[in-house]
Amino acid sequence: MNSQTYHKSMALTGEPPKSLSIAQKLAVLLGFSGMGILLLAIFNVNFPNKTLWLTMSLLAISIGTIWFSWDAYSQKIPGIKNDGVWFKSISSRGLWAWLAGLALTGFYIVLYFYPEYLGLVSEGDNKGVIGLFDPLSKVLNGNPASQWFVYGTLYTVAILVFGIKFLWKYRHNRYERLRTWSVMFFQLAFAFIIPELMARLNGHKILDGGSLPYYDLKNIWPLNYYNFESYRIKAFLTSGEIGFALLIFGILSIFVITPILTYKYGKRWYCSWVCGCGGLAETAGDSFRQLSDKSTFAWKVERWVVHSVVVFVTLMTTAVIYSYLGTDTSKYWLTKSSFLIGVAVLLTLVFGWAMIFKRDQLQKDAQYGAIGYFIIIIALISFHFFSGDGEVFLFKSGTLRKSYSFLIGSIFSGVIGTGFYPIFGSRVWCRFGCPMAAILGFQQKLFSRFRITTNGGQCISCGNCSTYCEMGIDVRAYAQKGENIVRASCVGCGICSAVCPRGVLKLENGPLDKRIDSNQVLLGNDVDLMTLVNKN
Amino acid sequence: MEHIVIIGNGIAGVTAARHIRKLSDKKITIVSAESEYFFSRTALMYVYMGHMKFEHTQPYENHFWKKNRIDLIKGYVTNVNTKEKFIQLDCAADLPYDKLIIATGSKPNKFGWPGQDLDGVQGLYSKQDLELLEENAPNNNICKRAVIIGGGLIGIELAEMLRTRNIPVTFLVREKSFWNSVLPTGESEMINEHIREHHIDLRLGASLKQINPDENGRVKSVTLIETGEEIECNLVGLTTGVTPNIDFLMDSGIELGRGVKVNRFLETNVDDIYAIGDCAEQHEAIGHRRPIEAVWYTGRMMGETLAQTICGNRMEYKPGHWFNSAKFLDIEYQTYGWVFSEKRKKENEVHFHWKHPKEKLCITIAFDKVSETLLGINTFGIRLRHEIFDRWLSESKSIDYVMEHLRDANFDPEFYKGFESDIVSKYNSDFTKSINLKKKNLKRIFQLN
Repeated sequence: MNSQTYHKSMALTGEPPKSLSIAQKLAVLLGFSGMGILLLAIFNVNFPNKTLWLTMSLLAISIGTIWFSWDAYSQKIPGIKNDGVWFKSISSRGLWAWLAGLALTGFYIVLYFYPEYLGLVSEGDNKGVIGLFDPLSKVLNGNPASQWFVYGTLYTVAILVFGIKFLWKYRHNRYERLRTWSVMFFQLAFAFIIPELMARLNGHKILDGGSLPYYDLKNIWPLNYYNFESYRIKAFLTSGEIGFALLIFGILSIFVITPILTYKYGKRWYCSWVCGCGGLAETAGDSFRQLSDKSTFAWKVERWVVHSVVVFVTLMTTAVIYSYLGTDTSKYWLTKSSFLIGVAVLLTLVFGWAMIFKRDQLQKDAQYGAIGYFIIIIALISFHFFSGDGEVFLFKSGTLRKSYSFLIGSIFSGVIGTGFYPIFGSRVWCRFGCPMAAILGFQQKLFSRFRITTNGGQCISCGNCSTYCEMGIDVRAYAQKGENIVRASCVGCGICSAVCPRGVLKLENGPLDKRIDSNQVLLGNDVDLMTLVNKN
Repeated sequence: MEHIVIIGNGIAGVTAARHIRKLSDKKITIVSAESEYFFSRTALMYVYMGHMKFEHTQPYENHFWKKNRIDLIKGYVTNVNTKEKFIQLDCAADLPYDKLIIATGSKPNKFGWPGQDLDGVQGLYSKQDLELLEENAPNNNICKRAVIIGGGLIGIELAEMLRTRNIPVTFLVREKSFWNSVLPTGESEMINEHIREHHIDLRLGASLKQINPDENGRVKSVTLIETGEEIECNLVGLTTGVTPNIDFLMDSGIELGRGVKVNRFLETNVDDIYAIGDCAEQHEAIGHRRPIEAVWYTGRMMGETLAQTICGNRMEYKPGHWFNSAKFLDIEYQTYGWVFSEKRKKENEVHFHWKHPKEKLCITIAFDKVSETLLGINTFGIRLRHEIFDRWLSESKSIDYVMEHLRDANFDPEFYKGFESDIVSKYNSDFTKSINLKKKNLKRIFQLN
């Protein structure tokens, strides 16, 4: 019966005024001239006064971007500004989007694997674009720049200037504005300035002459997957009380602070208020949020991939810590064996709690996945006790660490995660790759007061919420049934609520009771009927 | 296996199909001439505005229908044979049914204006209308000016759409103020202001006399009744409401009024034939509702109700408290219960009105003069919690109670500035009361005790 009739694609050419105003053209010119300076530096054009040229370059980029946004939003009445999003080449996977994607991807590949092309010199003065950043680096931390310093500076500039753009775009929405101020602050202070200043303490007597590792305090394990590696632990432990406090803070961050905040506010407190990856996605990536894949297929892939990364990072970290621990309890209380037992107990507790108390909230495949992975981890851990040769796991910890750092740390989070913003949307890394987001999401789904409340029967299924969800959640699928949205992946950016034309969605923290109500609570109909409909 | 045929794949027909599938194993076929898959009609405007692509307006992925064994036929129903129980299609063989659900929605009104069928004159209802609009008004070179006739919800949406492409719009509203047959004066005037703020040439008290053609049979201009003024334009949007889309049923023997006549069980005069959504007309209006309700939510509710009946649990259509919402350019509007305009207001209905001194925010609460029970609320620019107002209306709360607990009902995003204390102090001074506003209480809101 299903007649496959000829499908006439809607010939919607779409011709809104998408051309740029004169001011915007000038702004683009200014911004690109700033980029041009950096590009010339990459090709080893030697600028005589580096401080001046770097300042000019960064100012030109910033002012160009801010001017462009000012021209776009300042004269408009506050409200949702998505006109023409799907007509513009850059935001609808057009030519400009592909070019930008290629440029970004190329930049990441060079940054991670060929920093010498950026002018990195291991002994002596840097050249090229890294050399251009030397003066700024010396002012902040006293040392010449590295490729990471260049990247960190540009990253911070991007969050700040696109943050300003976002503040104008959503100036009617206080939730969005506060959230954006927050990510701008955390990027500037915690990710950029504080670690650089901390580097100045190195060798100081306050650290007992020790040297702290580079530490962005808001960067928590497992996002900061290297935090417990031996060189860092040694550095922490040889840097006096401050070093020790930082190590304790690192451990508390993941085991105490994070669970409490996520219980109270959902994972948004981190993912869209604090995190640097989230910060970039929310500001520079805002123009690409609509590109995320909403299909149920993508959702399946997401759940398998992101949770596999969690397993990977857990194994890798366990192996790395294991590798540098001793075996003699009389020398140090924490040994290879006691550490592994501790990990096994902790994982068993979490697994047992979820499977016993929260099983009804886990889908079948999630349960199978959890059981499978749990068995694998426990088997690998017990390998240590049965093999008797002091090896853990089937792999060397160094190999695991290197593969993780390459596959996840560089390729996934950088090259794909950010490089492909204009193609796959702004949260590819957060959605498919980030182990931190997955752990917070696990808790958000099972033990948090946060939910997006659906407002009775007001949904008209228009699809704005789903379209603009950067995490690819099909928000409408819940809203049109009158169901609250409680999803592990939701980062609480609040855009679904903002773009809803009928006031249907509200992010809020409330009692756990009735938070996930899989019943359809659509209002407006006869009460008796609703009881029947809810019976399923 | 019983075969249920549904004509129309809008929200009413699709909701019915989904719920019938939930409750039974019956064979279900949906016929639509408009589109292959269900889409949200209310979202068409966003496609023209570039907020979404057409596929984003489809609430279910294409594999959903097969998975749920709901057959889809794209075709136009030319005739319903009620005796032998089959429908005739323009593009496929006759389709026999055991039960037939008519859910064909509406079509734009045309009131016999001279020139109403010229090229460049159109309504805005269907997917085809949207495609036509892309031809008639792709940009402001081809469409130098558009004139919109009729000051209702679709008219203002069309104006908003055209403005996103910088097309000059003249908006003719017959009434003295925008949508004032429904909205009280204060609210209606605020919307007038907002329309003009968006550089839309709003003409109040202006009606269409005729649409004038050029030599090619395209619209050239319109002439107004009141002033005789002629306005040159390339597009005329007819947005003076909708009427049930039921012409194909003329000789079917199914009782028709303006729509398909149904009883409270959504049954027509012919056995095993039902009508739901925009095209259904109640013999007698339910409460303050109109006999034909062309609203998204009522279409959905009728679909839910009829699915019960079809699956052996004969059920009356009993909509609960009225609610609705809309967005006027940048201003969101919600309503719960009944707030009537001055024209339609009953003797016993008293209004309390508050408007923000600067911003475009206001509310109107209607209550009974004698008992002081809540009758309804309109809000503009402030979101309200549906569940709370539904509960307050069911429990016949007094206006004083509503004022006292107003914070519980707010549904604005977090950190939004609340205006409850301003609202309550205005209420206290208007009605010489001394209500103390209570703090927001999660236990009350979520009814935990």
